Amino acid sequence: MGNNGSPAAGKPAAKRQFRIWRGDETGGDLQDYMVEVNEGEVVLDVIHRLQATDAPDLACRWNCKAGKCGSCSMEINGKPRLSCMTRMSTFEEGETVTVTPLRTFPVIRDLVTDVSFNYEKARETPAFAPPPGVAPGDYRMQQVDVERSQEFRKCIECFLCQNVCHVIRDHEENKQSFSGPRFFIRAAELDMHPLDAKTDRKEYAQAEQGLGYCNITKCCTEVCPEHIKITDNGIIPMKERVVDRRYDPLVWLGSKIFRRGDTPQSTASSAGKESVVHSGARQAGVHSHAGGSHDPAAEVQAQKGVNWHREVPHPTAPAVDASGKLPLTELTFDRAAAPSPFGDDVTFPLPPEHLNFAHPSQDEKH
Amino acid sequence: MTNTTRIERHHYDVVVIGAGGAGLRAAIEARLAGKKTAIISKSLFGKAHTVMAEGGAAAAMGNVNSRDNWQVHFRDTMRGGKFLNNFRMAELHAKESPQRIWELETYGALFDRTKDGKISQRNFGGHEYPRLAHVGDRTGLELIRTLQQKIVSLQQEDKRDHGSYEARIKVFAETTITELLLDGDRVAGAFGYYRESGEFVLFEAPAVVLATGGVGRSYKVTSNSWEYTGDGHALALRAGATLINMEFLQFHPTGMVWPPSVKGILVTESVRGDGGVLKNSDGKRFMFDYVPDVFRKQYADNEAEADRWYSDPDNNRRPPELLPRDEVARAINSEVKAGRGTPAGGVYLDIASRLPAEEIRRRLPSMYHQFKELADVDITKEPMEVGPTCHYVMGGVEVDPDSGAAYGTVQGLFAAGEVSGGMHGSNRLGGNSLSDLLVFGKRAGGHAASYTDQLTARPKVSVGAVETAVETALAPLQRDTGENPYSLQQDLQAVMGDLVGIIRREGELVDALSRLAELRERVAKVSASGGRRYNPGWHLALDLRNMLVVSECTAKAALERQESRGGHTREDFPTMDPKWRRVNLVCALDGDTVRLTHKPLPRIRPELINLFDRAELAKYLTDEELAEFDALAADAHAEKER
Repeated sequence: MGNNGSPAAGKPAAKRQFRIWRGDETGGDLQDYMVEVNEGEVVLDVIHRLQATDAPDLACRWNCKAGKCGSCSMEINGKPRLSCMTRMSTFEEGETVTVTPLRTFPVIRDLVTDVSFNYEKARETPAFAPPPGVAPGDYRMQQVDVERSQEFRKCIECFLCQNVCHVIRDHEENKQSFSGPRFFIRAAELDMHPLDAKTDRKEYAQAEQGLGYCNITKCCTEVCPEHIKITDNGIIPMKERVVDRRYDPLVWLGSKIFRRGDTPQSTASSAGKESVVHSGARQAGVHSHAGGSHDPAAEVQAQKGVNWHREVPHPTAPAVDASGKLPLTELTFDRAAAPSPFGDDVTFPLPPEHLNFAHPSQDEKH
Repeated sequence: MTNTTRIERHHYDVVVIGAGGAGLRAAIEARLAGKKTAIISKSLFGKAHTVMAEGGAAAAMGNVNSRDNWQVHFRDTMRGGKFLNNFRMAELHAKESPQRIWELETYGALFDRTKDGKISQRNFGGHEYPRLAHVGDRTGLELIRTLQQKIVSLQQEDKRDHGSYEARIKVFAETTITELLLDGDRVAGAFGYYRESGEFVLFEAPAVVLATGGVGRSYKVTSNSWEYTGDGHALALRAGATLINMEFLQFHPTGMVWPPSVKGILVTESVRGDGGVLKNSDGKRFMFDYVPDVFRKQYADNEAEADRWYSDPDNNRRPPELLPRDEVARAINSEVKAGRGTPAGGVYLDIASRLPAEEIRRRLPSMYHQFKELADVDITKEPMEVGPTCHYVMGGVEVDPDSGAAYGTVQGLFAAGEVSGGMHGSNRLGGNSLSDLLVFGKRAGGHAASYTDQLTARPKVSVGAVETAVETALAPLQRDTGENPYSLQQDLQAVMGDLVGIIRREGELVDALSRLAELRERVAKVSASGGRRYNPGWHLALDLRNMLVVSECTAKAALERQESRGGHTREDFPTMDPKWRRVNLVCALDGDTVRLTHKPLPRIRPELINLFDRAELAKYLTDEELAEFDALAADAHAEKER
């Protein structure tokens, strides 16, 4: 490694120009900082130095600082990057480094964005279905078979692929019906899992995740810090096989008439399922805020009016323990049913003094 | 400011603080037992420090070498911990870890496979047989993702049955707990804040599981992330629980030392397990000079035999590069001190000359990637520069081995994973932490659930305690005269790194304690600028008092223990003393000050101690204990005769 030498032998620290976006959901702008940079440092080191000196309250997510956790995603000179993996030596001497938050997600503060979209989509993707009748310890798989799924399981959930995907980067309205590359490879991973018992992963991706919106620009693959071939190994095989299985001259003709074949395909996919509410209404561009729900089916429902055949969760008795009795906590607990996501003591509307919004100009007067 | 003083209230049966491997496993168990469960995570869901674990999860499944079984694993763990381990924890861990690993497969985990399709297992320092279930060198990520996805699948079940994903298990991401609240000596809840908004949140719950990980951020050179500020250790102390073994910190022998930006980041032990060797600046493979007597039987004394071991482990002794971590860390430290280190103050770790480039890229993909991207070093062509980095704390909350319930005066508090103490004794074997998380995470979650079942009334949170917690949390923002939290953290790191580091001396430890006392005054007056919304300065200011009290425990215990053992090396007491093996140092909080007491270790059960031969035990036990062992052996002999 002799080419690097010791830190002491390295070049002395130099001041570099940084422009960092500061602000919150009410607005903000780029602020200039002159900050010391040493040899061998990455952008995240410089941000940490800024926090320790000029800007102690500069908000920025990070954890491992080794490219393994995917927390420190941001846009550096306009490129979506992990700041812990962006070496300062990749910039020209004297080049200004501009750091902005991920554009696709709402800003919380400074470089921190609200990425809850991704967690909602993760929750909508059906989980691994264990093969029935195979006891733990009896799973047998060949290395060549697990490797295909393992490539996708390398994903560190930095959400750079989600951030860079045109379908949602430029079209907020698509977020409802489009899960994004991260969850296409999740579906692909389960589809290729040698023992997954669910057999309709591809159909699901097409019908529920919005796989059809993807027009394979490969931007996701380009920004992936784990170098997962998202498009080539994940999305394209999913698309191809969806087409394979549905090959039917009429469907083919339909797909030539309708854009990208969404209508016939999603009808075909729901045919095999109990639920009848998925329909062709969920193609690119068709969208409303009816109901404000994140459940696409519910939205379609809302547009159609009341449907008495709609499936609703059946009322169920609380779970009982091994002896067939209610857990005691159910009795000592002072309220029934699920906890409110807003806290158990919150009632709406909130009194105005409990809102944490303040007009920016009012805030300045404080 | 724009923030309100409103406190959001939530009711749960079990609150799990920490969303790493142990926390998620505990939460799954509590939810499976039918409890309403909350998971509190300082970071986003799925970013926990567990993702950094590279090597694998140790479990005696015997897939690669069928001679492996729980007894051998138990022996290795006790040996690695220099017999200071809580034997019952080591026993449970060795017995239950295979089931915990197999269970992960039913959640969807995809481990690397053997030829016959079973889970492949790799060699690792201190483990007699290949034992680590792994996925390349990103096993921790696989573990977290699998548990995360299991929780999602439970939420999907709840959505189906109850109409809401969050009916029975909810993740509170980017939320920090600052205080546990008690009703008498019972846990009644936990108070904290949302990092995003700075708003306060109160969880009322009769049972709390701590799974907050370690304390590494108190050190400058560390592989730990910002979250590792000893929160769980400090919360437990303040709630009346006790900590044991706080003097034992594991310095991982191979952290990156160049470039400065990545100083401390881990280079997995698998590099050595797969053939990598350590060399000093003279090009000498120096580890042969550092094999301690207790390990002579298992480790090779020449290069030829060591090299043969990789292909024929049954007939050759292991290469000394695979000694337990404390031995390797000390050896590297000595080489560097003797002036045979690299320019950046480490030694060379060479795999380039040992394996073909293609093989290195296949076996160690993330290491190749990490060096290429972070340091611009191609490990298939050049050696790496490595040195010791603060990696793991063996000490932690003193718990009941079977249930994970905290000792001390508090009830309803449980701990699992790195925040609990005892399992690893004075030194943890690589690979044992991932299985530790699963085994004791499950136990703590399950026992927390059954603890809530036997309560006849829910403990109540007192209004006064909540008001105090609010005041404490807001104090740094309301002061503008105090010091900047970042410079205080740097000072704390300097004290711990320089005076309570790998090699310790009495004078330095005394000095450290007086400096920590000064720091305590300064931390009490820390001030943070800015508002409550996502303000990292404020967050650090609140974490500092946790880091400080935990550092005091470490320094006090290190001063008290007059011997060298595992992760505690005293220059003035360089050898292991059997008398000290019988003692755990227990820390408790008396008002504001850390109080230290001696507590005897539980006696190892006869059938377990009989797994060792007398010659080996003689290295660890006092004469008195050996006499007892001999009496036992005589009894057993007589029994057989009869």
